Amino acid sequence: MSARRRGEGRRGVVIALVSTVVVFAGLGFAIANAPGWPEIHRQFFDWAEFRSTFPEILSAFWLNVKIFCISEALILPLALLLAVVRGLPGPVFFPARLLAIAYTDFFRGVPTIIVITLLGFGAPALGLSGIPTSTTFWGIVALVLVYTAYVSEVYRAGIESVHPSQASAARSLGLTHGQSMLYVIVPQAVRRVIPPLLNDFIGLQKDTALVGVLGSIEAFKQTQIDQAASFNFTSGLVAALLFVAITIPLARFTDWLVARDRRRQLAGAAA
Amino acid sequence: MTDGAVAGPPALVLEGVHKSFGRTEVLRGVDLAVEEHHVVCLIGASGSGKSTLLRCVNLLEPIDEGRIVVGGVDITAPGVDVNAVRKGIGIVFQAFNLFPHMSVLSNVTLGPRKALDLPRAQAEAEALELLGRFGLADRRDDYPDRLSGGQQQRVAILRALAMRPKLMLLDEVTSALDPELVSEVLQLIRELADGGMTMVVATHEMSFARDIANRVCFLDGGAILEEGPPEQIFTEPREPRTQQFLARIVAAGRL
Repeated sequence: MSARRRGEGRRGVVIALVSTVVVFAGLGFAIANAPGWPEIHRQFFDWAEFRSTFPEILSAFWLNVKIFCISEALILPLALLLAVVRGLPGPVFFPARLLAIAYTDFFRGVPTIIVITLLGFGAPALGLSGIPTSTTFWGIVALVLVYTAYVSEVYRAGIESVHPSQASAARSLGLTHGQSMLYVIVPQAVRRVIPPLLNDFIGLQKDTALVGVLGSIEAFKQTQIDQAASFNFTSGLVAALLFVAITIPLARFTDWLVARDRRRQLAGAAA
Repeated sequence: MTDGAVAGPPALVLEGVHKSFGRTEVLRGVDLAVEEHHVVCLIGASGSGKSTLLRCVNLLEPIDEGRIVVGGVDITAPGVDVNAVRKGIGIVFQAFNLFPHMSVLSNVTLGPRKALDLPRAQAEAEALELLGRFGLADRRDDYPDRLSGGQQQRVAILRALAMRPKLMLLDEVTSALDPELVSEVLQLIRELADGGMTMVVATHEMSFARDIANRVCFLDGGAILEEGPPEQIFTEPREPRTQQFLARIVAAGRL
């Protein structure tokens, strides 16, 4: 029985391998023989151009990574704070709730590029002493403002998905609203929203390229410089691959986190 | 369990308690007094107001009229610290409501650590003592999903007990359990009663109520229609509505 199953498993692997090779070889053949392929190849897949632009784009990409990390580190706690403020009970906190709603509505509605250019060109132009003039600084501020609004909505959805009976149970023990949020509601909410949070991480990772319009030499800006010099677009492919190289591991990491959590809470359900 | 004279104020008094949800009046003037170390069982059909009454006593629902006095203190007076009131009143829910992201031990110690400000070591030692006394010590590191319904409800009862409450409110704590798991939970409640815990128990387990209660209250349409010692309520109910309710329970083979 088990020997037969092993045999079937091996045959499955062989079939998958053969069909994959056939499909991809066919695709490659069709593309390489399509009319115009030599021009496309030269414009977008030029190996020499790839090698010559890669080091500069890689070092420029380092700025994207820094912008991403700094922004994310600010967005995660600020967005949670915003979501919690929006859920504060009682009439005293009405103005706080109102501000939170207004903030979220505004920054979710405005295109990111507008916020970035307004702050990045506008703020240094004020010429006030003590105001930073670094375009990267203002790019980060703009990304934090916009993405905090998005991420707070993700947190809020998570908080509202926790059944009210959990809050009842926590409050019945004499915990305050804040303690109930901190120890009972938010930990469950955050676990639930990890996949959608990652979506916003990836969006932020990509939008770091928008800071390039301010003149900060990040990966996208560098590709524009390269393209202006060589009239070849292979450098864009370099930048694209660098972005993907970061977002794919991020996605797999989240899958792993979610699976681990599920295992821990459900593994022994049958026990 | 005797009905003898008890010194001090009653553990719990409700006077003319009214509660509405929107236009639906769920409690229409409930009067009730529970002596210290007594067990009062609330019986009555679903929707008669048993759960709402218990939630009002724990201030999970604000009342519209009347007052609730716990240990001589009016807990429905304006300006009362609800968190302080709740620390002295344990409530256990039909659906357990354990915290799914915490181990059994953390579930039981959260209240003592955060609401009573006990040091972790002391809270854990007390929790382990409780878990050990009720046969759950080997489950201390398990998450609630790994426990049977009966075990989950026992942990939920211990979570409330860990706060050392003077009053326990049990809201149909066996209604969500498979029949074979009911007895382990009832046994635990019986031990609490034998230990002198003051309890208000909403239940559909009539033979249990008859066995454990000092007084039984029959709720109908949001008010206590009839109350008395269990022998009287279960054998010679005065009110036609009580007779009708108990006849249906007997017909369903639950008494």
